[in-house]
Amino acid sequence: MNAATLLPAVGVAAGLAVVLGAALGWLATRLRADPDSLVERLDALLPQTQCGQCQYPGCRPYAVAIARGEADTDRCPPGGAATARALATLLGREPRPVDPRYGETRPPRVAVIDETRCIGCALCLPVCPVDAIVGAPRFVHTVIEAQCTGCELCLPPCPVDCIALRPSPGTASQPRAATASA
Amino acid sequence: MSARPGLRGGLRLESHKARPLQRSVQPMPAPSMAVLALDQGSGEEARVVVEPGTRVRVGTCLAVGRGAAADLHSPVSGEVRAVETRPTASGPGTCIVVASDGRDEREPGLAPLDWSALDGATLLERLAGGGLAGFGGAAFPTAGKLALARAAGVELLLLNGAECEPWICCDDALLRERASDVVLGTRVMLAACGAARATIALEDDKPEARAALEAALADAGDSRLEVVVLPAVFPLGAEGLLIAAVTGREVPPGALPPEVGVVCQNVGTAAAVARYVSEGVPALTRIVTVTGSGVRQPANLEARIGTPVAELVAACGGYDDTLPAARLIAGGSLTGRALASDAVPVTKGLNCVLVATAADLPVRAAQMPCIRCGDCAAACPVGLLPQQLHRAAQADDRAGLDRFGLADCIECGCCDYVCPSAIPLTAGFRAARRRQLIHEAERKRAAEAKTRYERHRRRLDDQADAERRAFEEARRRARSDGAGGD
Repeated sequence: MNAATLLPAVGVAAGLAVVLGAALGWLATRLRADPDSLVERLDALLPQTQCGQCQYPGCRPYAVAIARGEADTDRCPPGGAATARALATLLGREPRPVDPRYGETRPPRVAVIDETRCIGCALCLPVCPVDAIVGAPRFVHTVIEAQCTGCELCLPPCPVDCIALRPSPGTASQPRAATASA
Repeated sequence: MSARPGLRGGLRLESHKARPLQRSVQPMPAPSMAVLALDQGSGEEARVVVEPGTRVRVGTCLAVGRGAAADLHSPVSGEVRAVETRPTASGPGTCIVVASDGRDEREPGLAPLDWSALDGATLLERLAGGGLAGFGGAAFPTAGKLALARAAGVELLLLNGAECEPWICCDDALLRERASDVVLGTRVMLAACGAARATIALEDDKPEARAALEAALADAGDSRLEVVVLPAVFPLGAEGLLIAAVTGREVPPGALPPEVGVVCQNVGTAAAVARYVSEGVPALTRIVTVTGSGVRQPANLEARIGTPVAELVAACGGYDDTLPAARLIAGGSLTGRALASDAVPVTKGLNCVLVATAADLPVRAAQMPCIRCGDCAAACPVGLLPQQLHRAAQADDRAGLDRFGLADCIECGCCDYVCPSAIPLTAGFRAARRRQLIHEAERKRAAEAKTRYERHRRRLDDQADAERRAFEEARRRARSDGAGGD
């Protein structure tokens, strides 16, 4: 075997390597999994309570962490088993139940301010992640029930402990936006 | 006036209407205690405008309509006793309880309406004050429905006299005895909705009603009205199917009949409209079929809204104790719902009380697995695949339920009836629909919470930015001031 017969084979192999390499490189940039869209899709599955029980400061940050592989899908107690399953399915993983270390799954609740005890300190206003508390310094505050996600973040800052969580008026058996017209 | 075919699927059922129709419509005395459910059958509650202790007369407005609820008037004179939760045909619900003083004094303002002198918009406004609601069962406010139709510029007013449920015959009895009221009400509604013509549809198993109706039409001499006779197939009385059978037009999924130029009203509603314009009496009574072999003398009763069902049964000779335990059903045997007790009151949407013994309605056999025979798909009048829906419902597969058209299911019960495995398909679909509604509401709430959270974060970030900038500005100024001072 001499160099003359070897040359075309080497040339073809090298050419193939160059062409396929270029194609793979181009496809890698073209078909790259868009991390933003994955975050969006994960975020869409989360219950948006913004409670921070997952140890991230809101649902979207948690979605970002899952997308980066920093957090598992078992950290969302408000979403419960259904959300954990949906997250795992989206990622093509084995579903895992919610880790009880992050909290227990409960029926939806809303915060209610005891207006006879509220001193109008306004400390709960900035911590509410969905701006569902109406009030101003030295005025009694109140919770907009329809917008409260029951995240409990307003409980710790209250100096007089006048906020309590009650079962949501729209519980599992009865949707809050009851539209039963045929 | 030709019989038109046009229903796919459906069932031909044995009729049980003869016994109650042997007697004419029996007027019921006023109840001593009227119980008025705020939800008269449409799923929405009217807003109460009276309180315990308020004196009321016949026709006094007790609750103001909103959305899918019409105004509610007192059927008796007396005193409001309570506004409290009581059993109703659609589960426990808020009711206004009025104790009658037995005098039946009428509200002084009630006067007949010179409807032919009013233009459509004014007439609609006046009809809205009559508490008129769909007597076919849905109890949707009549004036609201006609107003929608007027806005959409419908061409046909379709009067639904197709009573396809095998036990219900209140519309049949009404047409036999008060066809002229139905014709008058139809003409009033024509004027209100602005349609060019009206068709009164009924089935070929009601020859007496048809004869009475044709005589009344001849008397009225209004060429815009006609009668159409259809085959007696269940569930032809369902709004969308009736429209398809009469006009050949199909109402698209998620749309309302005005989309295809039609508005549908029940013949009982037409009679109530006639009563309202000719006597000024709002919707206070309706005809209810009380039937089944568990009651001694089945009959059609004209009862005031708010009369407890127990009094209706008593007026029909009471329960037949000689037969094995009976079931109480509101509505028909296929689409009706079980009643928890006979304390529930008559509502505008209650067309029938069926006291069914085991002989009337055989006890459902034990449920077996689906064998995919496809009988349900053949019977489904709206062309769905109930077996596929059933699988999706069992798996709570939301996308699948949508794909197989859960939203288009009319809950007629044909699939249940034919299922050889005795699977309660319709009940499963109802539950699935309820779950879909809850999911939908939750999704909407989550989307709102997300927007609010994003705005909240942005505001906090902006605030932090502004503070940092102000701090740096102050520091720079302090430094330059210090430099200048040296």
